[in-house]
Amino acid sequence: MPMDMTEPTNDWVTIHIEGKPFRADKSQNLLHACLALGFDIPHFCWHPALGSMGACRLCAVKRFRDDQDTQGEIIMSCMTPVSEGLSISIHDPEAAEFRAAVIGWLMINHPHDCPVCDEGGECHLQDMTVMTGHAAREYRFKKRTHRNQDLGPFINHEMNRCIQCYRCVRFYRNIAGGRDLNVFGAHDHLYFGRHENGTLENPFSGNLVEICPTGTFTDKTQKAHNTRSWDLQTAPSVCVHCGLGCNTLPGERYGLLRRMRNRFNSDINGYFLCDRGRFGYEFVNSLRRIRTPLFRTGKESPQVSTDMNQALSSAVGILSNKDRVIGIGSPRASLEANTALRSLVGKDRFHAGFSETENRLMTLIVQIMSDGPVKTGTLKEAAMADAVLVLGEDVTVTAPRLALALRQTVFSHAVRCAERVHLPAWDDVGVREVAQDDKGHLFIATSQPTDLDDAARSCFRGTPDEIVAFGFDVHARLNKARKNQEDLAEPDGMYHSVVTAFQNARRPVVIAGLSSGSEAMIKAAANIARNLAEQGKDVRLIFCVPECNSMGLALLNGKSLESAIDAVNRNLADTVIVLENDLFRRTTSQNAEFFLQKARRVIVLDHLQTRTTAMADLVLPVSTFSEGNGTLVNNEGRAQTYYGVIAPDNSLMESFRVLNRFNGSGPDDPSTSRNRDAVLQDLAEDLPVFAPLAEPHAPLAFPVPSGKVPRQSFGYSGRTAMNAHVSVHEPRPPEDPDSLLAFSMEGFDGSAPSDLVTRFQAPGWNSVQAVFKHQTEPGGPLLEESSGRCLLFPAEENDASYFDHHDPCEISETELRPVIPLHHLFGSDELSMAAPAVASLAPAPYVALSPSDPLADCDTVFLSFNDETIKVPVKVVKDLPPRAAGIPASVPGMIPGPLPGQCRLSREGQP
Amino acid sequence: MEKPLTQNMNPNRKPFSLDEYEQAGGYEAMRLALTSMEPAEIRTLVEKAGLRGRGGAGFSTGRKWGFVPMGPDAPKPKYLTINADEMEPATFKDRVLMEGDPHQLIEGIIITAFTIQAETAYIFIRQCYTEASRRLTKAINETYAKGYLGKNILETGFNLELHLHESAGRYICGEETALLNALEGKRPNPRSKPPFPPVVGLWGKPTITNNVETACNIPHIVKNGAEWYRSLSRVGDGGTKIYGASGKVNTPGAFELPLGTTLREIIEHHAGGMKPGTKLKAILPGGASTGLLTPDHLDVKMDFDSVQAAGSRMGTGTLVAIDEKTCIVGLVLNLVRFFARESCGWCTPCREGLPWVVKLLSAIEHGDGRPEDLEQLKHQIRFIAPGRTFCPLGPGAMDPLKSALHYFEEDFKRHIQEKKCPWT
Repeated sequence: MPMDMTEPTNDWVTIHIEGKPFRADKSQNLLHACLALGFDIPHFCWHPALGSMGACRLCAVKRFRDDQDTQGEIIMSCMTPVSEGLSISIHDPEAAEFRAAVIGWLMINHPHDCPVCDEGGECHLQDMTVMTGHAAREYRFKKRTHRNQDLGPFINHEMNRCIQCYRCVRFYRNIAGGRDLNVFGAHDHLYFGRHENGTLENPFSGNLVEICPTGTFTDKTQKAHNTRSWDLQTAPSVCVHCGLGCNTLPGERYGLLRRMRNRFNSDINGYFLCDRGRFGYEFVNSLRRIRTPLFRTGKESPQVSTDMNQALSSAVGILSNKDRVIGIGSPRASLEANTALRSLVGKDRFHAGFSETENRLMTLIVQIMSDGPVKTGTLKEAAMADAVLVLGEDVTVTAPRLALALRQTVFSHAVRCAERVHLPAWDDVGVREVAQDDKGHLFIATSQPTDLDDAARSCFRGTPDEIVAFGFDVHARLNKARKNQEDLAEPDGMYHSVVTAFQNARRPVVIAGLSSGSEAMIKAAANIARNLAEQGKDVRLIFCVPECNSMGLALLNGKSLESAIDAVNRNLADTVIVLENDLFRRTTSQNAEFFLQKARRVIVLDHLQTRTTAMADLVLPVSTFSEGNGTLVNNEGRAQTYYGVIAPDNSLMESFRVLNRFNGSGPDDPSTSRNRDAVLQDLAEDLPVFAPLAEPHAPLAFPVPSGKVPRQSFGYSGRTAMNAHVSVHEPRPPEDPDSLLAFSMEGFDGSAPSDLVTRFQAPGWNSVQAVFKHQTEPGGPLLEESSGRCLLFPAEENDASYFDHHDPCEISETELRPVIPLHHLFGSDELSMAAPAVASLAPAPYVALSPSDPLADCDTVFLSFNDETIKVPVKVVKDLPPRAAGIPASVPGMIPGPLPGQCRLSREGQP
Repeated sequence: MEKPLTQNMNPNRKPFSLDEYEQAGGYEAMRLALTSMEPAEIRTLVEKAGLRGRGGAGFSTGRKWGFVPMGPDAPKPKYLTINADEMEPATFKDRVLMEGDPHQLIEGIIITAFTIQAETAYIFIRQCYTEASRRLTKAINETYAKGYLGKNILETGFNLELHLHESAGRYICGEETALLNALEGKRPNPRSKPPFPPVVGLWGKPTITNNVETACNIPHIVKNGAEWYRSLSRVGDGGTKIYGASGKVNTPGAFELPLGTTLREIIEHHAGGMKPGTKLKAILPGGASTGLLTPDHLDVKMDFDSVQAAGSRMGTGTLVAIDEKTCIVGLVLNLVRFFARESCGWCTPCREGLPWVVKLLSAIEHGDGRPEDLEQLKHQIRFIAPGRTFCPLGPGAMDPLKSALHYFEEDFKRHIQEKKCPWT
């Protein structure tokens, strides 16, 4: 955490390494400082995000007291603070011999199974073994062995490979807040695992794969895909499973997406991804993928396969009368795709593909973010906040990586406590000792219990309306406190602690989102943030948006889906193009079916079969994030580019290319072959908010004298053989006109800007630990870090005012119950549910009721909304507001469509 | 010869009840300290008395107390923990003190807690010390009933809660910071220093951990003064010491003697000399983690500095006399096996190195030794050393082996050459 959690002190001193002077940061430990200076010191238990604990003893160096001291003493660099005049030797023979001995000890029991280990080739233990020079086995006795555990669909456990560095439990328990992974036993019989077989419960368990320096915890999905790490074609990508835009590194071999890795980004995801982001990728390989165009001659005829050219000319035919065509965009399609659709149908006929509510909320969020005065925040800023209020959003499921950042506020608080006893932030164990159970100032107001509650100082529970009222009340009390009208010494429940925490905070953060569907919730959060900004606080306002390009789509100012349905209903249009969107998730089944039946011709572009594609007259397969390039705008308004890793072919194009082909007279028309840049240029000219996308982009201005950046590693094997069953001639590498990356082993081998880095590697460092070689200092930003461009800036001059609180309308019909949408990390996201590992963890349908509910004693009840009724089991959830019905959002088996504000429950139903 | 620590003990009867203890002059020191002395005054007195920690490290008790933040701004609460996790093989001096005179320990705790202004104290006792636990529980109950523990002791406004905590039972819990982790309900891994426990200790608050014998000395120092205490000793440091002797001696036991009594006096006079037909070959002077001495060292004084000068450590002061019929390799194997098993598993050298040493020693002892094994043992000794390990457990385990190789390398070689243990 040290880097995440401490502000740079710029307190530089001189230290001597091998007799030469260097400048080093006094707030750091010696290991960190030496690595930052470019020295290689082997290490295991230290990690930039975990700090020091001094267990593995591998980072030993020699310290000399003064010039006269020739003997010196062995010290652990990770546990030694940098201090003026410190004189050390890394290469000292005794220190080097000791480091090799440490590897010797760890190798006593480590199996020699590198050839079949998924970590092999990118293994920190391999690297450290080579680095220390330990080459010969001196131990002549038997190895100890362990039984492995079944840890669920994500993580493979191979305990014999464990070198007991404690990183896994420190990450899992201290960083991620997990409880079900621990260290058992003692002496040379330590066991890192669960108390019994079972799926790891923490939603960040996938990070064990990267945090573990050996192959003890490996990616089970990758294992099922049989690949060696160096054989993967990789490229910078952006996660598509929520709105945060975490940076990822997908890996491909033989046309199959074989794994997903974290791509470090200091502002957003840092070192860690959530499990949905890491394991959701398998939707790309799903059997539900649409591989060929499908066509039907009439509404009653079956869909039949056709070829791409045929399908394209059919589309051009269908679209001949442009006046009758409307387009429906998608928050999960790239900015380029939505833009191409918007250009094709015209902006008046472009519908965003959001539901009415979602469209209204997204528009409001865009307005708040552009009017100011409050800046939006990065996840790094969230982690460093000294007071946080989460209003009405269970971020653990709607923006999981944000939840991990918020959990770090507890540690940030501990660091501040430790400063009082002069303990440095990197002393992980010490800092936690000082702080003990003292939490930070995280406050959570939600209708349901969340997995982050244990990190919160206090939680407020109520209906969405009550939470809104709570938010407006906090704002009012902050006002009073500012004017000293309220005596803060008088405690008054959670209001008091929230207001006090905000009053004392320097960097408060306010968080809200869309999941409650409440406009007032967003307004309440905006008011509080604005209030704090006006008090001169460095406040951030973070909105959680549901999908990977919700924000980009919102900025296109499209109309809602309902208005599209209305247009077809009123016969203003009869032809519909649906872009990567399953309308059955956005509106009721009845509405969607009516709409798709009523429209004369329906063209759907998508990569997965959905109920919408099933009702289309023409279905065109398009590429996923892994087969093409595109731009996604995250919740901060940060536009980021993803690059495909699966080489394109003519049968599978990005949506925007397919849409371009719909244009004009035929394949020779230049408008049909516009590339990404041209699409974005047009967009920037049309909508000024996108102007940054037209400016010279760092990667585009980046000189590539020696060619493009290769997607294949220098160890990529079988290049000349992998297609030999088709042709013995080695094919030309596929073209990738839209990027500075090549589907090749050859090309640029220097230091690329961070958003073109295809893998983290450095001489001697083949594992993910090599990230530090790409950083300004361990844990710091990447060299030349360029992680997208911000599109939204709060207006400098703003005359916007506070929002008023309108009282919610009473529910007149007493039979109706307020719905609390319950999102699920595994289950509520559309794409990841096509990944078998993720789908296996999705919940079955249920309805959650408070223990006081009269129906709480039922095993099952009949649930009705959206004109449908189903029988579902009852789950009693403590803390749920009385009378409210908690309904899992979008999980399979539930009534499809967006969750309404109210539903009906009964013991007896009329199914 | 004054024997303040054991003066109330008689093996033929139960330990003193509170009333009996008071009749014998007990709790006078507590009364004196709480009603007429300032905490700083007591601390200075103990420092002047030259009391060094009896747990084995021998740090000045008064100076240790001096690291605790005092005054109105000091963090609260503060804690006192008494290390009664006596698990060092062959060591039993604290057991004698707790079973023999529990009120003496409680009085020492009250005065110590008052000195550092701790309002909560814990006795962290070895699990299998059931008799000591029973007697302490009874004594603590009596003390609470009398009002010497609890709120507003002797109307001075000083409060002290004393808890007896039975360890779940690991040797490493005797390490000060591992003890604190164990008390907190965590794995008993040692903590790194800094932060030092007097500043950041139990539950993150200032904490002093003292050995049982150390605490038992406190009432006597307060009652009789620093001069008197120094006069008890034959060396520069003050006080008497509970020495122990076991092994091949005629009358094994614990003896309270002036600090600085020689090994010869302890073995030959107090422990009744070597058993008939045995001849002294080596001495483990202060527990399993101290280096061996030989009969040449019999005139070494048993105090911290003198034993150190002789190349070992006084440790707990409970010696084991080893005769010529005992196999040194087997002895060391037995000791290192104990430490390998008791390693907490935190740092690599101790966790992985000690079992390797055990395997090597076991191979040698059982006739499977190879000449290169001796080199490997020496390597391991060099690597499992202070500064290279996280805490002193690993290096402590190496001390007997290192000294055995120093004094008795020939024994190891004979094992390897003869491919068996020549002592069986």
